[in-house]
Amino acid sequence: MKEELHELYKYRGLLYMIAYRDIKVRYKQSIMGFLWAILMPVLIVLSGVVVRFAYAMAAHTSLQTADIASVAVKSLPWAFLVSSIRFSCLSLINNKELVTKIYFPKEIFPIAAILASFFDLLVASGALALFLLALPIGWSLYMVWAPALLLTLVLLATGIGMIVAAASLYFRDVKFIVEVFLTFGIFFTPVFYEVSLFGEKAKWLLLNPVSPILDGFGACIARHQSPNLPWLTYSVISALVLLIGGYVFFKHLEPGFAESI
Amino acid sequence: MSDVAIRMEHVYKKFRKGEVYNSLRDLLPALTGRMFQQEELSETDRREFWALQDLSFEVKPGECLGIIGHNGAGKSTALKILSRIMKPTKGRMLVNGRLSALIEVTAGFHQDLTGRENIFLNGTILGMSKREIESKLDQMIAFSGLEEFIDTPVKRYSSGMFARLGFSVAAHVDPDVLIVDEVLSVGDHVFQQKCIERMREVLRSGAAVLFVSHNMKTVAEFCHRCLLLDKGKTVNQGPAEKVIATYLQKPSMQPAVDSNTGPVRISSVRVRNETGESIRFESGQKMWVDVELAAHTRCPRMSVTMYLLDQNLVEIFETSTDRLGHGTFDLEPGDTYRCTFELHLNLADGTYFPSVLLYRYDIQTLYDQCEPAATIYVSSDGGARGIVHCFPRVIHQEICRAADARLAGIAKDPASLRRFDSEECA
Repeated sequence: MKEELHELYKYRGLLYMIAYRDIKVRYKQSIMGFLWAILMPVLIVLSGVVVRFAYAMAAHTSLQTADIASVAVKSLPWAFLVSSIRFSCLSLINNKELVTKIYFPKEIFPIAAILASFFDLLVASGALALFLLALPIGWSLYMVWAPALLLTLVLLATGIGMIVAAASLYFRDVKFIVEVFLTFGIFFTPVFYEVSLFGEKAKWLLLNPVSPILDGFGACIARHQSPNLPWLTYSVISALVLLIGGYVFFKHLEPGFAESI
Repeated sequence: MSDVAIRMEHVYKKFRKGEVYNSLRDLLPALTGRMFQQEELSETDRREFWALQDLSFEVKPGECLGIIGHNGAGKSTALKILSRIMKPTKGRMLVNGRLSALIEVTAGFHQDLTGRENIFLNGTILGMSKREIESKLDQMIAFSGLEEFIDTPVKRYSSGMFARLGFSVAAHVDPDVLIVDEVLSVGDHVFQQKCIERMREVLRSGAAVLFVSHNMKTVAEFCHRCLLLDKGKTVNQGPAEKVIATYLQKPSMQPAVDSNTGPVRISSVRVRNETGESIRFESGQKMWVDVELAAHTRCPRMSVTMYLLDQNLVEIFETSTDRLGHGTFDLEPGDTYRCTFELHLNLADGTYFPSVLLYRYDIQTLYDQCEPAATIYVSSDGGARGIVHCFPRVIHQEICRAADARLAGIAKDPASLRRFDSEECA
């Protein structure tokens, strides 16, 4: 594995190049340009606000600024996760020519897809920062947790991305299954609602390794609290297991890619 | 640098043919089905086959080795193993230094990026660093001859321009080992000359070249040594001329199954023209080839391939029902299948052999072959030599006499002659 990682490092120039290509092509093709990166998060935030409004109506209270901030803060990482899994799932199939014709470490494709999605996240974060300033939600030192949460999310996305990329190369319907999970995953992840709503049963929700990360974003940015550390540790461990397991899985299947695609 | 650039030692490659489940929807029922009932897979479908058997060779720096053989001989598999895209089932191989493959030079291109952006992308894919590409950028653009269009998205390029750009990037990787597979068939004459010069340069710089081609003339010109493959086995290895001679003499590959007992066979092939003539044709005439197949067992995904050999038994043209857009077809036991190919004989004087074969590409099996299926003699008006007839004529010719500076115009075409006269008058 050490050798393989060294090879990946050797090919880092290609990794950046493929990520750059993906970003460039995406922004070139769409008339909206950079708005593309904002569109999905904005839609998620809006639907979150609608859901929150319904809660408030049911509870005969009014919609709080903090609620909107929390939904907005959690929507962006969720949008990143969805787009990085979606794009990495298709990354090998869409680069069939390169997979069958030229040798290089193929994990470059899912990783580049995640880098490209990360770029979208950065663009959207700029917009989010302006939005939060306008709300306003204030500052706190807890915000330094955000980069650590983001890193965990990226590692988790990379692990899942490599697994679905390799699996969808062998089985053509994996991409549909992944799409279904991405569509309905939002109901099993605290994006629109708070984990605390579930009281005693919250632990079942937090078993989804994405949940503690998203809840952490809400805590450290919108609620000015520390994330739930025990559960966050669980997420970090899950992310590492998925990352290493995904990499080993991917590398194990890689020699057969050219013949099976 | 060591004294060997490429070494293949007893390399074997096995492919599995038959059922492949490529979706979970197919796999899951198949797994449960197999638990309850033993599914009968036909013996041929379950069998694995060897695409390469015991391939061994060495290429020294500065040497060019040619690999020749009929379709399905294992040439591409050998190159894919060499370029590490596929892993050999057995055996070892060694490549010393940077390997560059001119197999599919446009593989890394993205349609929406400009020529310049694609140079950077493809260059990186081929293993060059960004700095290296920057330093060679002008050279590459000049080599491709696409200066005017370099900032145009490549989706607007013609296929020739596309291939030229691809080749110029690939040709500027300074490799220790260069693999070339039939790319010289793209581009115009001038560009082909450029490519051949570039290959010579690479050879002179001390790199090893591995050349795969169906063009025996180029192979003979380039390669010091040759290797002849047939159905994955090395038939002959040695000096280029000798191996090429063996290849051309060899009648053809034998059908993998006996044609009388096989699952499907070619029952008749008839060549004719509009008037029913079947031997003598004129250049530019239409030729019809009627093919009839008879199936004995179920034969899925069939396609009929029709090809022409010239008098040296070199394949000069090949097509198939599949490639012509008719897809593959399935035959049930007792079925008869008929098809007719229509060809324009844009051929110069000579003897040609229309041939037909029945090949299933997905499992690489040759079912039946008729080579040659017929012998035809093509005659033209005598103005053309070579293989193809381009129906040439001279539409303008002039000689500037140094003595009297008088221009003389001779033109077959009266229209251009008149134009010439009027210019002189003016």
